[in-house]
Amino acid sequence: MKVLVPVKRVVDYNVKVRVKSDGTGVETANVKMSMNPFDEISIEEAIRLREAGIATEVIAVSCGVAACQETLRTALAIGADRAILVETDVELQPLAVAKLLKAVVDKEGPKLAIVGKQAIDDDCNQTGQMLAALLGWPQGTFANKITVEGEKLRVAREVDGGLETVILNLPAVITSDLRLNEPRYVTLPNIMKAKKKPLEIIKPDALGVDVTPRLVTLKVVEPPKRKGGLKVPDVQTLVMKLRTEAKVIE
Amino acid sequence: MLFSLNDNHREIQELIRRVAREKVAPRAQEIDRTGDYPQDMFDLLKGLGVFALPFPVEYGGNGSILSACVAAEEFSRVCYNTCYLMICQWGPFGAILHGGNAEQKKKYLTGLATGDMRAAISVTEPQSGSDVAGIKSRAKRVPGGYQLNGSKIWCTNSQVSDFIVVAAKLGDDDSRRAINLFILEKGMKGLTIGKKEDKLGARGLPSCPLYFDNVFIPESNRLGEEGRGFKAVMEGFNGFRPVIGARAVGLAQGAIDHATEFVKNRYTWKTRVSDYQGIRWMLADMAMQTEAARLMVYRAAAMVDEGITGEEMACHAAMAKAFATDVAMKVTTDAVQLFGATGISNDAPINRYMRDAKVTQIIEGTNQIQRNIIGNAMLGRPERRS
Repeated sequence: MKVLVPVKRVVDYNVKVRVKSDGTGVETANVKMSMNPFDEISIEEAIRLREAGIATEVIAVSCGVAACQETLRTALAIGADRAILVETDVELQPLAVAKLLKAVVDKEGPKLAIVGKQAIDDDCNQTGQMLAALLGWPQGTFANKITVEGEKLRVAREVDGGLETVILNLPAVITSDLRLNEPRYVTLPNIMKAKKKPLEIIKPDALGVDVTPRLVTLKVVEPPKRKGGLKVPDVQTLVMKLRTEAKVIE
Repeated sequence: MLFSLNDNHREIQELIRRVAREKVAPRAQEIDRTGDYPQDMFDLLKGLGVFALPFPVEYGGNGSILSACVAAEEFSRVCYNTCYLMICQWGPFGAILHGGNAEQKKKYLTGLATGDMRAAISVTEPQSGSDVAGIKSRAKRVPGGYQLNGSKIWCTNSQVSDFIVVAAKLGDDDSRRAINLFILEKGMKGLTIGKKEDKLGARGLPSCPLYFDNVFIPESNRLGEEGRGFKAVMEGFNGFRPVIGARAVGLAQGAIDHATEFVKNRYTWKTRVSDYQGIRWMLADMAMQTEAARLMVYRAAAMVDEGITGEEMACHAAMAKAFATDVAMKVTTDAVQLFGATGISNDAPINRYMRDAKVTQIIEGTNQIQRNIIGNAMLGRPERRS
């Protein structure tokens, strides 16, 4: 079966994000960009399925500006077989991405889409769920472990307080959580090989999808600075303050 | 003249930087302290496929010394020893690539490229280091090959090597022309590897003496033609020298990384240490010198990639090696100073950089020898009146 893995180009997780002075968003000029870490986990899972002889082809897809090709090359270097870029300069919101991905799914016919549970830039945690809804496929979100059993998929989900196991019928959408696997590093020989793998570029129009933003960002501000702590002379004062000021004990 | 890395170099830089930060940096201090061979780091490098990086594409490499310099800098920036693992593999690889015949390349290079084989090179002897012509190990012709006697010191990586490329004089000739290279395989009768040195820096990789007692070497294990192999290999190494400079640049940069972080988080007299002008100027000088060293090293590497050889290359490679390693010594010493008493403690990472930097001024041709090379290129060889 074919596996589709969407990958998003985001500000690298080591970068200290700065809000633009005009409050329209965060600064991305001259900032290191990388693949969303949850998407790396998704690619890794897909490659493992292929290595286990379950997946036949892993297709990486990214939606966004031309520079997303770099992210796709990384996906190819990790081991994806080919890549598709849906290229647009429009700011893409989760619903638009889900619609584009649905169109790609209709075109490519994968049986499984492994989507990162969220992107570390906007932290939306919506695209995978929206994609499943648009496709009418079952979804296994926050996957901790997945096992393909014939035409069914067993998914252990990370929920508050533990793991919940569900069984889905294929085709399905999975969203990967942090502990699904530990992604491998790309190897130098595979970086070279990735340059020769096919990367197709298509436009949203060709997929018949309207990507116009539905939401308007009013303002982006930095979170409030953390205030300094307080030193108390003894345990009595601490307990008193926990009771009267913090109000965390009775 | 473009002073920027291409996309390919940047990809390599990005990958190595990430692996270095995530996997190598947390181990660096322990490797230095215990001096135990870091097998886990070797396995990590093996997985990344870096062992053929500077070499032709058919061996899985990138065919670029500049890309090798980029990788060396990034590893050395967090852990000199891990960087050294990679370079230890590159030495014998280069030797066989430049001096070996088709069978030898087939037999050894694939294994070295994947990391399934490890090797070492041994030239230095107790009485002769930089003075290569002074070596006393001697091979004599016997039916089917050679018989080797003598000893070596400072053979780094020898304890874990599957084979060691050894320099020895052949026959009764005592000149430099008599030097040949032989491949000694692990377990050959008469080859003994001695006790490892307790070293100031580069502590993670064992450097041991070797003893040869009538070691029989089959003819097929001679590298290159009789009397020619050594020269071919040494000329090949000229093009490899920028890599030694690159790891010094990495040490300097790593020391700056640590020092910057330290002074930003320390207060004296209610002022952040990094806000004192004296501290800022010190760090600015460190950054300037490191950038100058980086440019010299990368320029020398780019020259190699452009195919420049001979004296022009030797001179630039020597300048880059000597300058970068001298800068590393200066910058890492200043970094220890910025740490104050903490810098003296072996629990802080910084004096490790200084100790490793000292090693780079000495190995792979001392910086005095590098200056001889530069002087020779400027003035010709010194006259010797008889």
